[in-house]
Amino acid sequence: MPILSPSDAARVREMLANLPAPVRLVFFTQTLNCETCEPTKQILGELAELSGQITIEERNFLLEGDLAAAYGIDRVPAIAVVGAQDYGIRFLGIPSGYEFMSLLDAIQVVSAGDSGLNEASRAMIASLESPVALQVFVTPT
Amino acid sequence: MAVESGNVTSFIVEASEYPDLVRKYQVSGVPKTMVNGQVEILGARPEEDFVRTAVGAAAVS
Repeated sequence: MPILSPSDAARVREMLANLPAPVRLVFFTQTLNCETCEPTKQILGELAELSGQITIEERNFLLEGDLAAAYGIDRVPAIAVVGAQDYGIRFLGIPSGYEFMSLLDAIQVVSAGDSGLNEASRAMIASLESPVALQVFVTPT
Repeated sequence: MAVESGNVTSFIVEASEYPDLVRKYQVSGVPKTMVNGQVEILGARPEEDFVRTAVGAAAVS
């Protein structure tokens, strides 16, 4: 049974209708000891069916540990949202509820390669000379 | 911010799945943002306010 209702799927399809460029969701998962890996795989599968610009690249966290480390990922389920380049956007945990909306936002931003931020914000960010690692904690509802 | 600068990475973390991170960063409400694991930004802030705080935090952390 699908996770996305028909009406939600229709809305998501509409939101993703104008993606200007392909987006790859690099999905790290494992079979055992991960309650949310399987439902995450199902959500991503349903998502990829709603846009021809989205592809899912499934990776085994345990067997491809070096690749996970290269993406800065140390737990599962995890998703790297990659467009024309890897901007360093990751999701940890199942993307449901609020996090699903955030994932859709991230897909749109990465596809466009444009943050949508205003000029003042862009100028401040451009002035950064050292690494900034943001961790945004959210909950599903 | 991550799209705007190669210096920025952004991890969105589903808090209820990772109690170890919730404990480590004392997350008692969401959204909560940690900058370089040291400076916290609580709640949803206006864009420029958030960016100024995050950029400022990076300078001192």
